[in-house]
Amino acid sequence: MAHWTSLSEAVRTHIHDGDTVALEGFTHLIPFAAGHEIIRQGIRDLSLIRMTPDVIYDQLIGAGCARKLTFSWGGNPGVGSLHRLRDAVEQEWPHALELEERSHADLANAYVAGAANLPFSIMRGYSGSDLPKFNTQIRTIRCPFTGEELAATPAVRPDVAVIHAQKADAKGNVLLWGIVGVQKEAVLASKRAIVTVEERVENLEAAENACVLPGWVVDAVCLVPHGAHPSYAHGYYDRDNVFYRQWDSISRDRESFLAWIKHYILETSDFAEYERRLMATAGQVVNA
Amino acid sequence: MSTPAYTTDEMMTVSASRLLRNGAVCFVGIGLPSTAANLARLTHAPEAVLIYESGPIGAKPPVLPLSIGDGNLADTADTVVSTPEIFRYWLQGGRVDVGFLGAAQLDRFANLNTTVIGDYHKPKTRLPGAGGAPEISSSAKEVLIIARQSKRTFVQKLDFITSVGHLTGGDSRAKLGLPGKGPTAVITDLCILRPDPTTRELMVTHIHPGVTRETILDKTGWVVQFSEDCHETDLPSEHELQTLRDLHQRTAEAHGVVGAEA
Repeated sequence: MAHWTSLSEAVRTHIHDGDTVALEGFTHLIPFAAGHEIIRQGIRDLSLIRMTPDVIYDQLIGAGCARKLTFSWGGNPGVGSLHRLRDAVEQEWPHALELEERSHADLANAYVAGAANLPFSIMRGYSGSDLPKFNTQIRTIRCPFTGEELAATPAVRPDVAVIHAQKADAKGNVLLWGIVGVQKEAVLASKRAIVTVEERVENLEAAENACVLPGWVVDAVCLVPHGAHPSYAHGYYDRDNVFYRQWDSISRDRESFLAWIKHYILETSDFAEYERRLMATAGQVVNA
Repeated sequence: MSTPAYTTDEMMTVSASRLLRNGAVCFVGIGLPSTAANLARLTHAPEAVLIYESGPIGAKPPVLPLSIGDGNLADTADTVVSTPEIFRYWLQGGRVDVGFLGAAQLDRFANLNTTVIGDYHKPKTRLPGAGGAPEISSSAKEVLIIARQSKRTFVQKLDFITSVGHLTGGDSRAKLGLPGKGPTAVITDLCILRPDPTTRELMVTHIHPGVTRETILDKTGWVVQFSEDCHETDLPSEHELQTLRDLHQRTAEAHGVVGAEA
């Protein structure tokens, strides 16, 4: 049953050292505020899962929160590399990062399998690709009806799913729309779920087939306006493309990354203060 | 009509856009493929259906998206579905005519590497990874690839096959039993290459105006062959160039910069 709580309380209660955590959101509704809070609380040894690691996992990996990353595309969308991810893989900084690499179709299917309480997913994929040579979890299974050989991969079953959505009501029923990615599947595949939202409303006013997660499949709901920044929340604010480009230079070397993390995350008490600092230094960051 | 001045990137994008036929259902990669697919939609292929892996089906973005999940893709789509649904029902379900991909590296059989340069466990350069490409390259009925030509990109041997093209040539792809027929063209800033019907090795079939065979050989990591009836690519028309430039201009104004990959 969903409890309205602060984000710091939600993270403290539900995310522990060593957990398997999926912060999902496909370009849209990425739960950045929750990622920051994980860094702020110094949580370690996380096994992170996410289709597109994006800047949010670049921050978590660079800050030393992650032991393992399961992913399918690790870039800064529209910009280039994730420098902290690359530094962890290429130079083991701040420490070694175990990779479990899959394709988008595979991870999407694996979330579906997890949500459906199945041990593995089946799909037509990976034929001719070298990925199965380096990820031994990618195996094959023969169809008992046609004999066709298909890819079989383990279901994704995180300890905790974290997503951002547009609205929730008093009971913690959550509504999201636009590009909805794998968030519903991620929540249903996980033991626990934290949802941050733009707005708390009396009535969701959702159409019958809208993407609604009932409050009873969610553990914590937190009001965090702009909590998806620098990604976007459809109907609320646009993607901050300038920030995504700035991240390229901020994250390129270790010192400027650490200085950024210290100033904007470790020395701030919450997301609202992070936002105030961003606004206060907007001009300087732009010219950095 | 005077010959319009154009850049090599414009030539590449225009010639790639021409290969997307009107009405085709196209699964679009971000960057160069998205630019070419949208140029096609704005010129000769207004009925092309653009699908992005983030979930929009029938997207008609007024400006080029910077990311694969920009809001304007959702706003202009016929419908937006979840990521599992895009891959399960629409791609694996056999609804996609054309997969339009870019590549960090490709070989003579149009296999693609977007994973790693060097050893997988001790990489020289860690690339973003597979994304949707392995299943797009296997399930789309055909695949178009767009990439700037250089010895770094067009290599003798891939360090890693992320997405299969024609594997080792001949009938090797057919033996994998994949639903789609694989890459049918690679469009570059110098030329268009197509697989030989028998060997499946990429052959230059069209050379862009003003480009020499020596330049193509010099920018390819293997001794590339030229087809016997190798043609010169048609020049970009005024309409194609103007539409592309307007699209870039609108994109620059909307995003404050020129698109990530022009």
